[in-house]
Amino acid sequence: MKSRQRIFAMIIKEFRQLMRDRITLSMTVMIPLFQLLLYGYAINTQVRHIPIGVVDQSQSAFGRLLVESVKATQIPKLKAAYPTVVQAQKALKQGRVQAVLILPKDLTQRAAQGRVLGQWLVDGSDTLVSGAIKSLQTMPLTDFDIPIRKAPPAKTFEVAILYNPSQRSAVSIVPGISGIILTMTMIMFTSSAIVRERERGNLELLITTPIQPLELMVAKIIPYILIGLVQVSIILGVGHLLFNVPINGSILQILLVTLCFISASLTLGLLLSTIAKTQMQSMQMTVFILLPSILLSGFVFSYDAMPKAAQWIAEVLPATHFMRMIRGVILRGANMLDMWPDTLWMLGFTVIGICVAAKRFSKSLD
Amino acid sequence: MTSAPAIIAKGVSKRFGKFTAVKQLHLNIPQGQIYGFLGPNGSGKSTSIRLLTGLLAPSEGNIQVLGYQVPEQAEALKTQIGYMTQKFSLYDDLTVIENLAFIGRIYGLDPVTLATRIEQQLLTYDLKPIEHQRVEGMSGGQKQRLSLAAATIHSPKLLFLDEPTSAVDPENRRDFWEQLFDLCDKGTTILISTHYMDEAERCHQLAIMEAGEIRAHGEPEQLMLQMGVNVVEILYPDLRRLKAQLLALEEVHSAAQLGVRLRVLISKHVSDPIDWLKCRFPELLTAELEIARPSLEDVFVSVTGEGRA
Ligand SMILES: Nc1ncnc2c1ncn2[C@@H]1O[C@H](COP(=O)(O)OP(=O)(O)O)[C@@H](O)[C@H]1O
Ligand SMILES: [Mg+2]
Repeated sequence: MKSRQRIFAMIIKEFRQLMRDRITLSMTVMIPLFQLLLYGYAINTQVRHIPIGVVDQSQSAFGRLLVESVKATQIPKLKAAYPTVVQAQKALKQGRVQAVLILPKDLTQRAAQGRVLGQWLVDGSDTLVSGAIKSLQTMPLTDFDIPIRKAPPAKTFEVAILYNPSQRSAVSIVPGISGIILTMTMIMFTSSAIVRERERGNLELLITTPIQPLELMVAKIIPYILIGLVQVSIILGVGHLLFNVPINGSILQILLVTLCFISASLTLGLLLSTIAKTQMQSMQMTVFILLPSILLSGFVFSYDAMPKAAQWIAEVLPATHFMRMIRGVILRGANMLDMWPDTLWMLGFTVIGICVAAKRFSKSLD
Repeated sequence: MTSAPAIIAKGVSKRFGKFTAVKQLHLNIPQGQIYGFLGPNGSGKSTSIRLLTGLLAPSEGNIQVLGYQVPEQAEALKTQIGYMTQKFSLYDDLTVIENLAFIGRIYGLDPVTLATRIEQQLLTYDLKPIEHQRVEGMSGGQKQRLSLAAATIHSPKLLFLDEPTSAVDPENRRDFWEQLFDLCDKGTTILISTHYMDEAERCHQLAIMEAGEIRAHGEPEQLMLQMGVNVVEILYPDLRRLKAQLLALEEVHSAAQLGVRLRVLISKHVSDPIDWLKCRFPELLTAELEIARPSLEDVFVSVTGEGRA
């Protein structure tokens, strides 16, 4: 009872301080927005005007219409039409086009039956390209006047990625960015949480009160969970609206995975905060964690391609587990239970981390 | 009625690495009194208070506060003590009332008690007009009253005040002491540290500290009476030269110029200090010399190394 009251008092206090810190507060919105626009437009400039070839075996009016509407998305740019698939594949291999759209003979019939219309062959070596073509997979056909059609197909096209089939895709860049931004802001918030109170002299008073270390730690984390969720909403929301990042997985799963990651990151920050003596030190430690989180988590380099030692380091970082989980949810529609080792790791890290932080934080000035 | 002492310390020392900040502290502070630590900066006042509140663990010795063994039972003690730190330790970005509410909740006051206590504290410490003002930008006196209000919101039995008046003007200091006596009247034991003589003189008892050690302790009156020196005030034109000559003498503890007078502390071994002075310095035969009532400052100077340096 008393304990809940103390945690609550602490949370209210943290919130008030946060709400009054205009700069920090606006940064929590500006960082994700700015980063996203930066990366997002980088993605966007690359995904436009991808050189493609077309093999239209149907030679129908509908086929020509379909090609026009694919062109209208501005993602591909029609370079050439090939009479046969073999020729098209050769062009793809030579790199003259980066993707080929194959429309089969029975195209009109397929459309009428609501089946998949055609197939893309994509050069997978550029992940951004394959991601962009993938986004055409579910291209809507609302502009077409096909009266016989009953229900729209789940997919408009089949996509086959050549050369690099298990590649990360552009789709995973936005979730990846949310991982990086969360690592940065979450760890930063809590890594200074205790140190700030120490530097401002609040701690000496606080530890003569009956508040318990564990209560303090929990209360320091809770307000920032909310901030973290706001940031993720910004990233995924803006990513979806502005850059057409498809969100395939369930929103609930995305929320749960993110929640796990936010808690783990905040805990990591809190741990740093019990080690650091000054806010400067806590900042340096945040950067120390941030760099491998960006480089080794699978955001920049593929996890499988990294040397064993780097993989070990990566396994320790919450960001690595998050990248794996969020991709699982968004790309494969997996849920937390499917990915139980990562889920367990995140939860375990949070619980153990908070306890260790509470233990490290002795109510003494020694 | 005699009750158990509020604070008992036996042979308490605190070392930071090789440096000993507090040496062999012995204390026996009765309940209901205002007890003072008087000493210059770095004499170990804050460290002593931190030891007594359980914030620091002693390197050796034994501490009992309100019957609790410290630091072992410090957690149980915490609801019964209030602590006003030397450096302002409330939150700058919260308002007066928010700070009080925060501390009150942390001490576990229920909502009804909390509301009445906040109201009482706002009135007692004249904070009502600024209740919704944020702390940053408030004057030293306002901050100090807020700190005291926060430190006493849970009506502690024992109050630790670490140099509470150092950032406050003299008038506010007088008002502050009135508040302390009010608290004391209601049964609160107060331990206060200061480097002001006039403040120390108001305490029921005090300990004079220097270099981590208690040099003298007792009631201020008693200390002045028992002082091992006599005080002679000399009215003489060439005080600067005289002072230098006096300080060279073994029996002279200190000599301090106060305007046109020189205040000289002479060891009690000298039975008639005026005669003794006139003997040594014939030029003083015509000067005006008189025995003065000792002040606490004299006590301080006579027990510490000050003045001889
Ligand atoms: N945490 C610490 N580590 C090392 N030295 C300290 C520490 N705290 C205090 N000291 C030293 O102990 C001495 C006494 O300090 P303090 O108790 O703050 O004195 P006062 O409060 O009387 O000014 C000072 O010399 C100070 O530098
Ligand atoms: Mg001090």
